[in-house]
Amino acid sequence: MVEGRCSAAQEKMIFFNFLIFPGFLFCTSCGLLASWFDRKLSARLQYRIGPPWYQNFVDIFKLAGKEIIVPANARATFLFAPYIGCLSAVLVATVIGNNIFFQPSGFNGDLIVVIYLLLIPPVAAMLGAFASRNPLASIGAGREMKLVLSYELPFLLAVIAMVIKSAGAIQFSAMIAQQAYFGSNIFSFSGFFSFIVVFICIQAKMGLGLFDVSEADQELMSGVAIEYSGLPLAALKLTKSVLLYSLPLMVIILFFGNNLNPFLVVVKYIAILTGIILIKNTNPRLAVDQLLHFFWSVPLVFSLAAVVLALIGF
Amino acid sequence: MNLRKKAVTKSIWLYHISCGSCNNCDIEILDCFTPRFDVERFGIQLIGSVRHADALIITGAMNKKAVARMKRVYEQAPKPCFVIAIGQCALSQQMFRDSYNVDKPLDHILPVDLYVPGCPPRPEAMIDGIAKLIAKIRKGK
Repeated sequence: MVEGRCSAAQEKMIFFNFLIFPGFLFCTSCGLLASWFDRKLSARLQYRIGPPWYQNFVDIFKLAGKEIIVPANARATFLFAPYIGCLSAVLVATVIGNNIFFQPSGFNGDLIVVIYLLLIPPVAAMLGAFASRNPLASIGAGREMKLVLSYELPFLLAVIAMVIKSAGAIQFSAMIAQQAYFGSNIFSFSGFFSFIVVFICIQAKMGLGLFDVSEADQELMSGVAIEYSGLPLAALKLTKSVLLYSLPLMVIILFFGNNLNPFLVVVKYIAILTGIILIKNTNPRLAVDQLLHFFWSVPLVFSLAAVVLALIGF
Repeated sequence: MNLRKKAVTKSIWLYHISCGSCNNCDIEILDCFTPRFDVERFGIQLIGSVRHADALIITGAMNKKAVARMKRVYEQAPKPCFVIAIGQCALSQQMFRDSYNVDKPLDHILPVDLYVPGCPPRPEAMIDGIAKLIAKIRKGK
């Protein structure tokens, strides 16, 4: 990236990147397709047929056309929060997509930016839920907060282990270059341990299966999303879909980055997605106290082990 | 406008209200989502919050306590919202007609778009009913 102001052509490129190719249009379509893959595979696992491929697009389109209801005592953040969460998820997808599809790109420290931006969707969901003044939404938001507190520490440690592994580079392109030269991180000891931790933590970030505490359909009636209708609800669903697209890609960059030709990326992506869906379909939801116990025991030990191993040089 | 209607017919999200039913209709509704019938292939989902609903499926004989709550739930739903009466009780109150605790059948309380008779109606009957509702929406209600 150049210093100071960029030229008009670069500005146009940035808008193109954010709005169309690795950005909004592309990542939402891929995310909705990934969500369909999730629904379809879950249906097949239960001996059902499952919805057609365009189902999630239709759902979003339908929600955009519905009435938007604002509860009587709601604050202004109720309406803004889902859009902010969706925008930051799209930004994450753009940064990650830029690094995967246009090889020598990105800026110094984009890993840190991505980690910060990944925290905004849950925070936005919490703000919106608290602003709606609905008791069930408040319980959902409280659970979301506990979830974030429990997974963030092992996740950060595991990512730090990978930063140490690639000689202190906090830039995706440098990590990819490192892995292209020395082989994928997953095949080292520290890489293996931190892969397990990150693989568990991204499921918590998406709130799938085991970690679906904030939207628990059976007890909280979709928790943080309970008061949303119409376009903000569509934004919430889109946020989840975009995360389902971008987080496995981040795992690919961090751990399987030695060869990023498009076909291999798609194969690795589908493999990770399938693993996530299988875990989601075969495990019941954890309670909140079990979550904290779980994340601060095994994954924390694994991520600490990964940091130590990376420091020693394995 | 037409496109929006088409989108609604392809993904109907149902919110289930039981107004004093004997639970038979409710169990038959759940049967529609099992592998044998699998209505998710038509985009139909059972959802938890009424704010997400496109249609309310209402069962039961409309007892006086529940009716007030049901009206409130109907008012909370976002507005292109269809009402489906499931089972003989919701249609005509069947054997509870002269009971002390029921007042009027469903279509005297809310505008009903679809009646599915039966005690309880079979899942096939409900799917047939949904198909008729979709045809009705397409034609322009």
